[in-house]
Amino acid sequence: MTTLRTLAALLRVGRPSAARVALSVALGSITVLAGVGLMATAGYLISRAAERPPILSLTVAIVAVRACGIGRPVARYFDRLESHDLAFRALTRIRAAFYRKLEPLVPARTEQHRQGDLLARMVGDVDAMQNLLLRGVTPPLVWAATGAVSVAVTAVILPAAALVLASGLAVGGLAVPFVAAVAGRRLNGRQVKVRAELTAELVELLRGAPELVVLGADEAALARIRRLDGELTRLARADAVVAGMVEGLGTLVAGLTVVGVLAVSVSATAGGGLDHVMVAALALLAMAVFEAVTPLPAAALTLNTTLAAGERLLAVMARRPAVPDPARPAPPPTETTASLERVTYDYPAGGAWGLRDVDLDLAPRRRLALVGQSGAGKTTVAELLVRFMDPGAGRVTLGGADLRALRQHAVRSAITLDRQDAYLFATTIKENVRLARPDAGDEEIREALRRARVWDWVASLPDGWDTFVGEEGVQVSGGERRRITLARAFLARTPVLVLDEPTAHLDPPTADALIADVLADGDGRSLLLITHHTTWLDAVDQVVRLRRGRVTPRR
Amino acid sequence: MRALDPRLLGRAGGARVALGADVVFGLFTTVVVVAQAVLFADVVTAAFEGGVAARSIALLAVAVAVRAVLATAYEVTGRWAAARVMSGLRRELTERRLRDAPVSETGAEAGEVATAAVQGVDALETYFARYLPQVVLAVLVPVVILAAAAALDPLSGAIMLVTLPLIPVFMALIGRFTEARTRDRWQALARLSNHFLDVVRGLPTLRAYNRGAAQAARIEAIGEEYRAATMRVLRLSFLSGAVLDLVATIATALVAVTLGVRLIEGAVTLRAALIVLLLTPELYAPLRALAAQYHASADGLAAADRILDLIDAAGEARRDSVRTGCPPWRAIRLDGVSVCYPGRPGPALDRFDLELRRGEITALVGPSGAGKSTVAALLLGLRRPDAGAVIVGSVTPDDAHPHDAELDDADLDDADLDTVDRRAWRREIAWLPQRPTLFRGSVLDNITMGCPEATTARAREAAALAGADDFVRDLRYGYRTRVGPGGQGLSAGETRRIALARALVRDAPLLILDEPTAHLDADAAAVVTDAIRRVAHGRAVLLIDHRPAAALIADRVVRLDAGRAVEQSAQWVP
Repeated sequence: MTTLRTLAALLRVGRPSAARVALSVALGSITVLAGVGLMATAGYLISRAAERPPILSLTVAIVAVRACGIGRPVARYFDRLESHDLAFRALTRIRAAFYRKLEPLVPARTEQHRQGDLLARMVGDVDAMQNLLLRGVTPPLVWAATGAVSVAVTAVILPAAALVLASGLAVGGLAVPFVAAVAGRRLNGRQVKVRAELTAELVELLRGAPELVVLGADEAALARIRRLDGELTRLARADAVVAGMVEGLGTLVAGLTVVGVLAVSVSATAGGGLDHVMVAALALLAMAVFEAVTPLPAAALTLNTTLAAGERLLAVMARRPAVPDPARPAPPPTETTASLERVTYDYPAGGAWGLRDVDLDLAPRRRLALVGQSGAGKTTVAELLVRFMDPGAGRVTLGGADLRALRQHAVRSAITLDRQDAYLFATTIKENVRLARPDAGDEEIREALRRARVWDWVASLPDGWDTFVGEEGVQVSGGERRRITLARAFLARTPVLVLDEPTAHLDPPTADALIADVLADGDGRSLLLITHHTTWLDAVDQVVRLRRGRVTPRR
Repeated sequence: MRALDPRLLGRAGGARVALGADVVFGLFTTVVVVAQAVLFADVVTAAFEGGVAARSIALLAVAVAVRAVLATAYEVTGRWAAARVMSGLRRELTERRLRDAPVSETGAEAGEVATAAVQGVDALETYFARYLPQVVLAVLVPVVILAAAAALDPLSGAIMLVTLPLIPVFMALIGRFTEARTRDRWQALARLSNHFLDVVRGLPTLRAYNRGAAQAARIEAIGEEYRAATMRVLRLSFLSGAVLDLVATIATALVAVTLGVRLIEGAVTLRAALIVLLLTPELYAPLRALAAQYHASADGLAAADRILDLIDAAGEARRDSVRTGCPPWRAIRLDGVSVCYPGRPGPALDRFDLELRRGEITALVGPSGAGKSTVAALLLGLRRPDAGAVIVGSVTPDDAHPHDAELDDADLDDADLDTVDRRAWRREIAWLPQRPTLFRGSVLDNITMGCPEATTARAREAAALAGADDFVRDLRYGYRTRVGPGGQGLSAGETRRIALARALVRDAPLLILDEPTAHLDADAAAVVTDAIRRVAHGRAVLLIDHRPAAALIADRVVRLDAGRAVEQSAQWVP
């Protein structure tokens, strides 16, 4: 029953219009019933004609056969269009609703490196929601509607046959899909896991093939891949057996129902309870209406995965933001000293060092370097400063006000964080930079790119700053990517700028020149420079060294 | 993309039996369908005479059971074959990637290929399990049905024969009409459909710039745009399905009405008429199934294509080495080797000579793109020279190394590296690549992965030598810290030091170090340089660097520019 509850909850999010769903079900039912009409009337027509009546008495049947023959493909065409349209509309709504809930959750306390994967999987989960109506709602309703109509029609002609048909439809439309869903569920979960593992192994192998070979670790890697591949193949085979059994079961139920209707009709005819011209019609009606049953077992299998994805989405949507805005926010501070006061922060086990009693002061116009090795807690400081999370103990302040008392918008309007893994969106270079301040003029954007020492490269591109970057765009090296995002941070023009490893992918001369520029720049902003490098530490006002999550005296 | 890709069919190998079996099952099903139609007609005809054909009804039930078994067998056989082919493709891909001239892929590409190799199986399943057998059945089944119908009633057979070719003709017409129009739109559709993924991936960045909330409306607008655009495409592409449906149902209606009229005239028997009526929809069923599965299998074919391209790109299999084990050697030399990369104008290396001797540090310097990493690939046996040879064996006598009876070079045979067992040769090498990879696992796993027998103490010793011990111990979980994808992120300099420790722990006689001090500050670089000097004793060391400073510890310096040695000096002269 949790299945139904999940389905209902997702439909509440997708809010398909009842009228459109009704239209879609009507079109689907007309398609099936036109097929039923075609075969049943044709059966009647031929049976009746065998008695050689005057041809005029068959006119109605002839017209009905032709009408069904033409009406069915037309109804089917519009049915497919309508059901897809409906599915896309619901998908769009679910996507937007999900985004509204997700947005304040990111970046939550998830581990930074896994976040990309998690988010990408959520997008896949959202996309799966297009199956919700196409598989989960319309087909069962069409089954119910056409089943009811055909059983009713059969009942008028021969109640016993209706009984057979109704039980056949019930078994084929309820029992078989249920068996399919139960058998498929466990296999499915296992498959998802093995696939993820195998993909990770393959990525690693494709990336590091030369090293694996030279290290002699290739056999071990191959053995792991072979084992996973073997398991995936075994699962696929088990899955095939389930699918095959379901297919066979469906065929069996449909066939036996027709045979049952035929047997009941024939014996009724022998007993004089049914005109023999109706025998073929009743059997063919039963045969044709199973068109509404056939897709149900496969739909149940698909719905399994769709609802599993849906449950994950609903769980995310139910989560509370890690950093809520206050009910009555304090006014944005006018002074912009950013401070950490005896801040402690803990990551879940397995992650990096958190922070332990960290004090840090970044007064206006001051330039401070935060150094230390990877995992020492530098990025944690940066993310606390823009309130991506709240400290476990101590407080983070801006102009003396606790960040928790301020609106997040106000905090991030005062402090810009250029993240280490800052993202380039699939749009032009110019738009990627402009993101920081949508009202910025062209000259300002150019200046920002110049300061990030990437303007010459941008200008050398055939399309200049209108060049598309990101997934579908041109290949951008790590260094160029970083400098574009840096230009974005420069453009933001907030009083406080936090740069997290701005030179990670740059060669030393460029890195030195870039940092020299940043430090020489007298635009009055305070700067927190997070870095591994120690070359330019003499040029900043203060150096804070982190080790194992604590501030340590400089060597 | 071709519907019948010879590369893919060639690999179907053992699956061919299964596919053949599927065709047999399909044909057998058709025979059962004809039998069912005959039995059905018998039962109805008997009812007209007031009888109950109990035997026919029983046989009909048997036929249903047989059909169910065949349906199961068809499904299982086809999908087993598909699973087998896909597994074969994955294995071929991975083995090829490792065996012949392994090349590393960039991150994005590796992800895409891996996804194609793993997820592509679903769509390929449709291709193998349904589409391929259906191609044969779509030709054979109509012939059987048509023959049965024509034998019973020639006129109905003629109607079927006339309508049947209409399907491919209409489909081709509509296909041509819609294809050009849809193709233009797919590009735009692809971009729209990726928009959400793009936004979600960049969500932390959007949040940092206060732009997160503003995107919600845009996501809805783009979703709506996507829907509208997709519906425009679907309106056209559903047309081909509609035509198939139309021909099938109209033909059925036509056959039914004609039969009815001729029954009144007494030109045909009830039994024949019923059988033909039941067979008519079956005539079109295989074609309709084929059309439906063509689109469904297209994705799988695209995935397979991607993998096959990569397998082909790996080049032909290398000839097997003639010797087993590695011969004793005192030097390795490149003898006038040239290497060309496809798509690059000049050669990467042009008749290049180099000799590395045990006990000597050779520095290879020069600007990036000069061919330095190609030299490493040759020595590692990851690439073969297009001209010239890589020779393992004795030291060439020269001023610095006059022929020395003590060294007993006479019993060292020179061997072409091509003839040396590659696995044995690579055991002789420790390599620090230009862009080292950390694999999923702990820091310790990463250091010992080239030398599984190494103790923790030895791994730490190597780490200390590489200047990694201090920072590794400062990680929250020390040597047990998980690194690599999904683990603790490390800086380029830290990664490099762990990779150097991985190279040093191997204790191999040939050490190839590609930019060992890149991304290191002066202190760390000094530690690393010192370590190299200490481990060089008795080993042949190749130090590749674009900075001349590295050459200070070298016994010999070779300067490489545009694939040629421009200068060789016994000692670096600043």
